[in-house]
Amino acid sequence: MYSIRYDCRFSAGSVRRQVVIFILALGVLSGCSEPQNAEPAEQYHAGSPLRTRLLTADQYTASIAQVFGEDIADSILPPIPPMARTDGLLASGAAFVGVTSDQVSQIQQTAASIAAQVVDQEHRDFLIPCTPEATEAADSSCAALFLEETGRLLFRRPLSDNRLSDLVQIADYAAQQTGDFYDGLSLALEAMLISPDFIFIADRAEADPDAPGQQRLDAYSLASRLSFLLWNAPPDDVLLEEAEAGLLHTPQGLAGAVDRMLGSARLESGVRAFFDDLMAFDEFNSLAKDPLVYPMVTGTTLEHAREQTLRTIVDHLLTRQADYRDLFTTRKTFMSMQLAAVYDTPAGEGWVPFEFEEGGARLGLLTHVSFLAANSHSVRSSPTLRGKALRETFLCQRVPDPPPDVDFSSLEEAEDAATAKERLAVHNTNPSCAGCHLITDPMGLSLENFDGAGRFRATENGAPLDIAGELDGIFYEDIAGLAQATRNHPKLSACLINRLYAYGTGGPVSLREDRDTLAGFEARFAENEYRLPALLRDIALSDAFLRVRSGESEGRMLDSLRMKAPAERAESAMALASMENE
Amino acid sequence: MKRLEQTLSRRRFLRGTLKGGAVSVGLPLLNVFLNDNGTAYADGMPIPLRFGTWSWGLGMSESIFVPKKTGANFDLPEEIAALAPVQEHLNLYTNFHVFKDDAPNLCHHSGWVVLRSGIAPTARANLPGETIDVSIARQIGNATRFRSLSATATGDARDSFSYEGGNSVNTPEWSPLRFYQRLFGEGFQDPNASTFSPDPKVLVRQSALSAVQEEARKLEKSLGSEDRARLDQYFTGLRDLERRFDLQLTKPDPREACVVLEEPMDLPTGLDADLVATRHRMMTDLMLMAVACDQTRVFNMFYASAFSATTQPGYDKPHHTATHEEAVDPELGYQPYTSWYTRRAMEEWAYYVQALANFREGDGTLLDNSFIYATTDQSFAKLHAIDGIPMFSAGTAGGRVKTGLHIDGGGSPGCRLGFTAQRLMGLEIDTWGDKSNTTSSEISDILIT
Repeated sequence: MYSIRYDCRFSAGSVRRQVVIFILALGVLSGCSEPQNAEPAEQYHAGSPLRTRLLTADQYTASIAQVFGEDIADSILPPIPPMARTDGLLASGAAFVGVTSDQVSQIQQTAASIAAQVVDQEHRDFLIPCTPEATEAADSSCAALFLEETGRLLFRRPLSDNRLSDLVQIADYAAQQTGDFYDGLSLALEAMLISPDFIFIADRAEADPDAPGQQRLDAYSLASRLSFLLWNAPPDDVLLEEAEAGLLHTPQGLAGAVDRMLGSARLESGVRAFFDDLMAFDEFNSLAKDPLVYPMVTGTTLEHAREQTLRTIVDHLLTRQADYRDLFTTRKTFMSMQLAAVYDTPAGEGWVPFEFEEGGARLGLLTHVSFLAANSHSVRSSPTLRGKALRETFLCQRVPDPPPDVDFSSLEEAEDAATAKERLAVHNTNPSCAGCHLITDPMGLSLENFDGAGRFRATENGAPLDIAGELDGIFYEDIAGLAQATRNHPKLSACLINRLYAYGTGGPVSLREDRDTLAGFEARFAENEYRLPALLRDIALSDAFLRVRSGESEGRMLDSLRMKAPAERAESAMALASMENE
Repeated sequence: MKRLEQTLSRRRFLRGTLKGGAVSVGLPLLNVFLNDNGTAYADGMPIPLRFGTWSWGLGMSESIFVPKKTGANFDLPEEIAALAPVQEHLNLYTNFHVFKDDAPNLCHHSGWVVLRSGIAPTARANLPGETIDVSIARQIGNATRFRSLSATATGDARDSFSYEGGNSVNTPEWSPLRFYQRLFGEGFQDPNASTFSPDPKVLVRQSALSAVQEEARKLEKSLGSEDRARLDQYFTGLRDLERRFDLQLTKPDPREACVVLEEPMDLPTGLDADLVATRHRMMTDLMLMAVACDQTRVFNMFYASAFSATTQPGYDKPHHTATHEEAVDPELGYQPYTSWYTRRAMEEWAYYVQALANFREGDGTLLDNSFIYATTDQSFAKLHAIDGIPMFSAGTAGGRVKTGLHIDGGGSPGCRLGFTAQRLMGLEIDTWGDKSNTTSSEISDILIT
């Protein structure tokens, strides 16, 4: 019934040659643009595509929290479908995802729940800026007052007169039907919450008076782009006022707006959201460890692991304004009691600053429990998943999917191997396996001092661990060496810029069109000693961020090589993992 | 503030005052009621026909899964022994093939995509066409509150085998509590309630939808073609919503098996087989009650993903890893741990079928008025084989399908079962599938003519 394939045996030399050819043929390890020069991006005819993005789940929640308060936002689950991770980011998938009829019905149900709460006795007095003349009847003026301001915040631009008029009439009609002004208002609000103007962030263009023949984002689209980049939330009242006043289209006005946003406490939310997406921390939503193997790891432990890394990132990049690259070597972090057992250290109540022991095995993000546990199986560590995550997440390199016709029978012979290294050595006998595993395993094996839950171990099954390795030509002896090699990797900052620019402009970068823009950002990032706030400011103020690339269509195309379908990220990870004989 | 002078006459606002009173806004007699041939209640009201899907991961161990005997009273080898209590209600299909033609064999992807869409995907990100449940829901899903429902036992919202198009996946319900609230919370109308008071908000909602669409259409003009298509899809969803609101204005027909359940507890995350089974049963109970209450007539249940990561406590290989790395035991002739996972899946399939059969409906059961299509992603997962991929069906589709049979496909396309299912649900199609998966041949052995 089946067609069974038998692999030939290859000599080691033959394997190596084939692996090199395999890598070259696939063009792997070239995910990020190659900086060509260090000229400022502005001198090029830079621009970005117009995009229509679905609000992400976090952005939906942030919108509701911003307009109606966190208690209402916390009471609902955002009715947003999972995004397809696209070029490393869920946020980029938002430019392509469609909304099914079933999803629309969920959006309506959530809208009804939110609207009912906004007008209930508990909230109406401070969310509705007026009191109707009579509760049991329509009041157009009061309804208009509420709907005009709420609509402006939800749609991220002022309502047209016609639009407002329609909404007020819905409120009035509904009040007549239900005999209740507040019920009427809630139904008009519901209509706003299911409108595509709220659910989609649609860029709009206008002629650029300073550059004849070219287009730029209109002021409100630019305001949205800025606030979702920096805060992962819609524009606030001040930013919308600045847009309305035309300030965002003047250099000084734009700089003033961006500096205000960078100085806001909300910047932390934006930076956390970006790194949570970049590091694929959505995996924590379904992550669990085998309680028999890792009894000290609970759901709370894993939540804290995610939080620890995000706190470290915010502290390092925003509070200390330190060099981005040093995130991979810093021993500074935070500790909680729930995490202390995994780190084998004492800890007090709450989150406290913590420093890993000098000379110890822990330094940098790669040695955080979050990275180690998320890129492992539920029952054991995974050098392959860890190596793959390092390359794809931080270096923007692409590790190819495993081939379908692998003969796994040789793996069965490695059942008794004590260490992962011994098991993975099996792959060097098979070129179709080695093609992937030589890309991922050398650096993944260097993290084998940490088990599948991220706990330190000196040996595996009683056998010593050889953690020397190599990362793109840099050979090292230990974890500190891997951390340093990652920190100094020439693709590290280019990758951050690639992802950040994609995140800000709402979709994947074009390696052809954006190459010079990205190179400019990279050069200035280096000049600014790799400080994230400076990079964010540079992107936010750039022409590329503001202007619209004419004739843009390629950015909209679904690129099967870059786009990952829902669940496929996990699936391909599983597929790869299966090849490591674990 | 400008005066609000516009009238609402252009819309359907003024169709009558509700204000809590009874209304006589009747539903048009929908085609689905006329077309299905389900058996009827005593008062002549037809019992609706339903379509469901079920999925498990990673195929089978052929030597202990495929019965020796075909036709009725087939033997139950040890891997499917758990099906004994429900054998009379289902059919097993073996030796049916999935063809990739010139597309690559995408591990754990090609198999399920072909069986659900009829088309071999060309890349991992590629979800061609639409899935069979979506096509069928368009036919029979218009008379219920939900066009279709999907749920997963994995606790992961990314796990779905239902999509309208490549970038539009139907998100499954993943949390029992959330699923419960969606089904039986705000908006639920108990079909067996003695009184019916239409919610005046519903008519307003319906009218407001027109306004939403009229204004938002303006947004569309500024978009490129692909984004316009996405927005069009959103408008399709809004129109569908309008139709659902229509239904809420009419007293629902009573459903004898419909009972509002207790609100469930939520479960922790994780894929330990016991936990997955618990979650599967909770989601199944909710889903099937929703069907019994006629909240939907098309429903997808997802037991495990194609790369099933179900675990056995204390065993170091999740299901998928085990399929590749566990040796075939020379004495047994199969992979024991891998088979353990498949047996757990079959226990859940049996639970699902039995649960359908437990609902009384008319002279029969809910299962009698349903057709369930159950598929997986591989045949022999160790080798990523997609030929000989096993499938099941359950239910008689209103007395039109024989059950209790083992059908040998003789190497013909697996898409024949999906084609048969669509015809049973009233789709007027002559063929289904692409390239070698194309078929115009129903599995006539199961049809009662």
